[in-house]
Amino acid sequence: MSSFWSAWIIVLTLAFLVFIIWLLRWNMSNYTGIKEGELMDHEYDGIVEINNPMPKWWTILFWITIVWGFIYLALYPGLGNFKGLLGWSSSNQHVRSLDESRQATEEARAAGLIVEYDRQVDQAEEKFGPIFTALSQRPIEELAKDEEAVKIGQRLFIQNCAQCHGSNAMGGKGFPNLTDNDWLYGGSPEQIKHSIMEGRVGLMPPQSQFNDRQVTELAHYVMSLSGRKVDPELAKAGEANFIVCAACHGMDGKGNYALGAPNLTDNIWLYGGSQDAIEETIRNGRNGVMPAWKDILGEDKIHVISSYVYGLSQD
Amino acid sequence: MSQTNPLQIEYNLKVVRQFAIATVIWGIIGMAVGVLIAAQLIWPELNFETPWLTYSRLRPLHTNAVIFAFGTSALMGTSFYVVQKTCKTALFSNKLASFVFWGWQAVILAAVITLPLGLTSSKEYAELEWPIDILIALVWVAYIIVFFGTLVKRTTSHIYVANWFYGGFIVTIAVLHIVNSMAVPVSFTKSYSLYAGATDAMVQWWYGHNAVGFLLTAGFLGMMYYFVPKQAERPVYSYRLSVVHFWALISLYIWAGPHHLHYTALPDWTQSLGMVMSVILFVPSWGGMINGIMTLSGAWHKLKTDPILRFLIVSLSFYGMSTFEGPMMSIKSVNALSHYTDWTVGHVHSGALGWVAMITIGSMYYLIPRLWNQTQMHNVRWINIHFWLHTIGVVLYIVALWISGVMQGLMWRAVNATDGTLTYSFVESVVASYPFWFIRFVGGLFIVAGMVLMAVNVYRTIRAGKPTVEYVNAPVATNSPAPSAATQSA
Repeated sequence: MSSFWSAWIIVLTLAFLVFIIWLLRWNMSNYTGIKEGELMDHEYDGIVEINNPMPKWWTILFWITIVWGFIYLALYPGLGNFKGLLGWSSSNQHVRSLDESRQATEEARAAGLIVEYDRQVDQAEEKFGPIFTALSQRPIEELAKDEEAVKIGQRLFIQNCAQCHGSNAMGGKGFPNLTDNDWLYGGSPEQIKHSIMEGRVGLMPPQSQFNDRQVTELAHYVMSLSGRKVDPELAKAGEANFIVCAACHGMDGKGNYALGAPNLTDNIWLYGGSQDAIEETIRNGRNGVMPAWKDILGEDKIHVISSYVYGLSQD
Repeated sequence: MSQTNPLQIEYNLKVVRQFAIATVIWGIIGMAVGVLIAAQLIWPELNFETPWLTYSRLRPLHTNAVIFAFGTSALMGTSFYVVQKTCKTALFSNKLASFVFWGWQAVILAAVITLPLGLTSSKEYAELEWPIDILIALVWVAYIIVFFGTLVKRTTSHIYVANWFYGGFIVTIAVLHIVNSMAVPVSFTKSYSLYAGATDAMVQWWYGHNAVGFLLTAGFLGMMYYFVPKQAERPVYSYRLSVVHFWALISLYIWAGPHHLHYTALPDWTQSLGMVMSVILFVPSWGGMINGIMTLSGAWHKLKTDPILRFLIVSLSFYGMSTFEGPMMSIKSVNALSHYTDWTVGHVHSGALGWVAMITIGSMYYLIPRLWNQTQMHNVRWINIHFWLHTIGVVLYIVALWISGVMQGLMWRAVNATDGTLTYSFVESVVASYPFWFIRFVGGLFIVAGMVLMAVNVYRTIRAGKPTVEYVNAPVATNSPAPSAATQSA
């Protein structure tokens, strides 16, 4: 904020509070020329007013709130660019990226300022950090069998992952089911943890080189891979073009963890298994994004979540 | 009856009668929609799988209907009545007054059609799209001309405090509406706000909170300052208190909007400043309550026998309660618990149903017989039944939402001591709220039942009477002190 607008706010605020003080003091004196407790000298449709003084407790309350207002504005940000004597702020409101946020946190810490958000994060870290550090020392397979660790992992999952994968982890259209032991990027503890830490970008490119008939043929062939009833002639015709798909999905259609290419033979469909949905996937392609969580949750918590996710398909 | 003394002019009571009827009808409709959406929260299938009956579209219809149809019709009608009676002169222009009535009903009708169709600017309490906004501005300018024109041609030396409050409300709402509704139209039914980001949010809540402060508070304080002393037949308690609390109230309210945006992208300084002014605002707010309730000094016994006075005085109690609650909720650490919970909804309704609706209902029970040449309502006992239906309804409503609100706030912030994770998922707090939403729904039923009883009472009263014709002496000289009112009923 420029110093002009800062001054504008400060002057307006202080002048306003002085006005309120003047208003209160003015009316605490009897300026009406009428004795207190007697009627004012005007009447409106039969309504008259008494010149009673304002209740004392009420004026005292008014004074208290005004004085409190000045004190608050001295201690906390409120008067334009003046930061307040306590050096308090709710958060580093000006930051626009994680890097800027980290830098601002360091600077505020060095300057001895109170940033409420950082303070609470620090408190939580101090209190709960060691718990997660201890958990992260144990292997994922072991944590997955520890009832307490599973509960912690489940709560973290519900608060951070359930928005896409569902509170029962069974996913939805475009969001993988995590309970069926069918994995896009692999289901080993390390692979799961990597997916959460670094995120994943799944890309099925649109196959615009095929005409509608060819897309339908391909869809029939793809459906035949999981043993579904299809038109054998269409499927046979589609097989010829499947060579393009095999680059990622493999000649047998069993997919490829390295690329996140889904297994097409297990009748599990991320974007729907109807002929229409499959044709749409071939024609227009699909984009899937799993965000990277390492900067948000940290490795220790992700370790615990990984054990929960791993455990989901181990029963 | 039909012959007119050339020295006398007739009060325009016709437009007051029109607004009085509109108030009762819109009250029933607005509150009934409220009950329907309260039921939808418990039984979502009540939207009948129909887009224009979904909660998202009926909720703005409910708020628009109660604030702008019920509340504003009551304010327009009573302000036209009060300004004439206390200035001892007829309205500035009967034609413009008629335009205000029909124009305003057209605005409401447009809202009733467009909101269920899903046409919305998405600004809370300002959802109506730009063509309707322009109509609102036109009607409001006419309202300003009629009201202030009447003040200018008054035959009394001073302006009564009720008219200060009405005047403050009328001017400020015009400013708020025009500034907040500034938008770029992209089609006849769609526009985008002129403001962006945090500025848009701040302008919106500068508008939103002052819609509460000026329309739902200052306007109804104007109503209070006429109908409470009239019904109690007692002098207003303190002239100087009215001076302080008027100027302090209207000047403090305008700063208070940021407390709707605590812990958001709004800069810290704005949040703090809004909070400080909101807390100081508590005291002048209570000034209005004190002046109203103390006006009853020496007439407390009337509360035993007069259900109209009960409505008026209990409304002031609710006003005092919600204006204590509001500043408390504006304190950041309290807001951290209350924000986004049912507590806010309960708070609004203790103001809307406790204060606004009760002062309006009481005033209408005073006014309607006088507009149709009767001494009292058709059935005074029904007024008492209405009072209890309404009071029970309001108490059920706000107590239920206090409990569910505080419960939600506590559930959202609860963390497990073992690992710092949240104890409850959001949906668990929803499930836990159902019993309280049911109580709220029952409270709403009580309130609507009372409104229906009122409508029958009003209908019977009107049918038994005929429109009042009332004259006032025309002024002889412009600066003559208050002439004796020569009013008569015909």
